[in-house]
Amino acid sequence: METKDKHIVIGGEAGQGLVTIGQMLTKALARSGYEVLVAQHYMSRVRGGHNTYRIRTGNGEIVSPVDGIDILVALDQETVSRHKANMTESGIVILDETLDPEGLKAVRVPFKELAPRPIYQNIAGLAVVAELLGIGQEVLQKLIRNTFRRKGDEVVTQNLTVLDEACRWTEAHKSSCTPLPPAEGDSGRMVIHGNEAIALGALAAGVKCCFFYPMTPATSVAQNLITYAERMQLIVEQAEDEVAALNMGLGSVYAGAKTLVPTSGGGFALMTEAVSLAGVMESPIVIVLAQRPGPATGLPTRTEQADLNLALYAGHGEFPRAIYAPATVEDCFELTYRSFDVTERFQTPVFVLTDQYLADSYRAVHKFDLAALAPVAEPDTGNEGDRSYKRYAFTEDGVSPRKLPGFSEALVLADCHEHTEDGHITESMDVRVAMNDKRMRKEQGMRAETLAPRYFGDEGASRILVCWGSTEGPAREAAARMRRKGARVGVLSFTQVWPLAPESFMPLLENAEEVIGIEGNATAQFMKLIRQETGFKVHRTVLRYDGRPFTPRYILQNLGEEEG
Amino acid sequence: MIDIKEYGEYTTSWCPGCGNHDVLKALKQTLSELNLAPRDVAHVSGIGQAAKAPHYISLNGFNGLHGRGLPSAQAVKLANPALTVIAESGDGCNYGEGGNHFLAAIRRNVDLTLLAHDNQIYGLTKGQASPTTMEGHVTKSQPGGVYNSPFNPVAVAIGMKCSFVARAFSGNVPHLVSVMKQAIRHKGFALVDIFSPCISFNKVNTFGWYKQRCYELPADYDPTDWHGAMEKAQEFGERIPIGVLYKNPRPTLDSRYDFLQKGPLCKQPVDHGTLDTIMDGYL
Ligand SMILES: Cc1ncc(C[n+]2csc(CCOP(=O)(O)OP(=O)(O)O)c2C)c(N)n1
Ligand code: SF4
Repeated sequence: METKDKHIVIGGEAGQGLVTIGQMLTKALARSGYEVLVAQHYMSRVRGGHNTYRIRTGNGEIVSPVDGIDILVALDQETVSRHKANMTESGIVILDETLDPEGLKAVRVPFKELAPRPIYQNIAGLAVVAELLGIGQEVLQKLIRNTFRRKGDEVVTQNLTVLDEACRWTEAHKSSCTPLPPAEGDSGRMVIHGNEAIALGALAAGVKCCFFYPMTPATSVAQNLITYAERMQLIVEQAEDEVAALNMGLGSVYAGAKTLVPTSGGGFALMTEAVSLAGVMESPIVIVLAQRPGPATGLPTRTEQADLNLALYAGHGEFPRAIYAPATVEDCFELTYRSFDVTERFQTPVFVLTDQYLADSYRAVHKFDLAALAPVAEPDTGNEGDRSYKRYAFTEDGVSPRKLPGFSEALVLADCHEHTEDGHITESMDVRVAMNDKRMRKEQGMRAETLAPRYFGDEGASRILVCWGSTEGPAREAAARMRRKGARVGVLSFTQVWPLAPESFMPLLENAEEVIGIEGNATAQFMKLIRQETGFKVHRTVLRYDGRPFTPRYILQNLGEEEG
Repeated sequence: MIDIKEYGEYTTSWCPGCGNHDVLKALKQTLSELNLAPRDVAHVSGIGQAAKAPHYISLNGFNGLHGRGLPSAQAVKLANPALTVIAESGDGCNYGEGGNHFLAAIRRNVDLTLLAHDNQIYGLTKGQASPTTMEGHVTKSQPGGVYNSPFNPVAVAIGMKCSFVARAFSGNVPHLVSVMKQAIRHKGFALVDIFSPCISFNKVNTFGWYKQRCYELPADYDPTDWHGAMEKAQEFGERIPIGVLYKNPRPTLDSRYDFLQKGPLCKQPVDHGTLDTIMDGYL
């Protein structure tokens, strides 16, 4: 994983347009054929505060955010003072000529001269960075045309003029920064973030309803579905609260619609009663839980992996569930798609457990190949069925034939109480036990299909880093740096965290000399889960819960390793 | 007309003499007279004595959570508008635990009928005050008498210009049937608040109490007059009007989705062609 890359950090207050510069730069880089990886750090406010948009770009595998900054685009003085300690040796800061570079190597830009009005300063800034990096102007021109087309020809022309002038101005300063090496990647890739990929995965699977109540960082899943609702013909309804959202979800699922309910910790806490309802009603529902730090409102716009236990144990009583934890943007698409199939087949809630870092992280990915997807299981809309139909018929695998109301003479009775095979309330001890056993039998079926964790590294590695979800990238890169120093290190990355299938990973863990758990919470929730399920105790842990995503440096420092 | 036997006969766990029996009887008669086959009706409820109704009638049923029947019922209709959706629950369920959902349902105006059994008490949990319990009413949980002022569901609904608001009494079945019929036929969110006496825990608002007070709205009453309806909604004491208090035809949420006219969502194919073009937008 040798990378020749650059880490560009754009910093400033919310409302200064740093996301615009960041997004356009990301697209320009991806379209030029470079890899990109974005990490966004923002504060919970609409204006002001200190935010950063961080792009790591270059050739080769780029799977993790890093700490050292090569190019700092400072939209305000605070950005310079906050980040100067993290500059790499050759790092430069790009800033307005009126700001103080505080001793850093700088390109001081006369923004006032280059942009006729402040709203064009974004484009000027973009032009300067792009020119320093060696991105062709054509890519930028095309991007500007596409971005501003809807605002009319004049806006496009103005922006193109600013671009042209800023690029020309930058030419004289090119020596201050080594450009990126020629791009080696494919230029025809999509630039999307984790939550966009989740929305696309749901659409590919045939999602027809989404009920939500806004909560960062889950909102953009619903927002994306809203963007395509008319074209893809689905209903996205903002519920009065999260309690309503999930209870609505169970209503639409009862009537046969594939349904997604996205939320974050606090919202999910409110949904737990309905999660339990999904369990007893045996409802196929997909819940996206985008983690952010708690307890309660916590750090609303930061990242963490501390809601594993919540997803695992949410809901009173006992019932099976599956929990996927995407590590990459591609996983977001694939695992959401898979969730719809698994929930449809096993008729029990399925979770996609993501986090703020991944939710907001743009990457360049190949267009998802829809034709290559295995079909998702469909509900039975056949018109066979009569009054003898039993919604909760006892079966060997625990899965009962699920009919939909209104399609046949069969009446479908879904119930929240313990119930008989035909869905009626019962207090019978025997039926209770048989029905509970029936539901729990589904877990065996799901376990047989549990995704084996991914392993990166040499066979017989003496040290293994165990992680789940979005921590995979940083762990892989930390391992790569250790390997460069001669260590034999592997990474075991779980993209499904429940149910676990120990036979798929235990031999590996047992043969390693040292197993190190890496996760974004303070109590090593997943490592405890492994221990609970297998008796295996990891030897060490590296935990992070300061609201920021893992970086290789953070992992290596905490392991007492040199950064490499 | 569908034979009433089609809707089944079940032994219930309701006390003999409970108003709920008559509400159930009226519902069966209504469905039969409206020619609604069991397979075409989805009956959604929350938790409470009244909310057990889906277990005592042969229809498609969804017996959900306390207070949460309405959210589920609305989504059932959105996912399959071919179904006639009836939500049924008690006053605690609809106006207490589910108060926020009640307000949202009025605003959303999905085409369904809410039958709210209003016995002005919590029945299933044995006699605590409900949002509609009258001031001063002494219960085991409110030994000093209820000091909160009662929630007036019909006034709130009319205040919010709810699409259809009615009040009825389980002790007058023919009238209740006529109101239920109008509610189910009405396109939009229809509230029917039904006095259904709890003979075990409400010793104040008894069958006789309602019988003495409830009177049918006169034939010339105009339910489209909002001010008049507001006035009638405040009449609760010696005399209580029953019948359709207010009607406000307005577009339903389900009718706003063109593609819903094509039939249930689960039958609509996934359009990978369009999705592919959507993905091109990210290139
Ligand atoms: C979340 C939750 N809280 C409390 C209960 C307990 N509970 C069951 S029924 C009920 C009140 C029922 O009163 P009402 O809705 O008026 O119906 P009734 O029994 O009078 O028909 C309560 C509080 C519950 N099942 N779920
Ligand atoms: S307790 Fe009251 S509401 Fe419940 S069944 Fe008996 S009479 Fe009816």
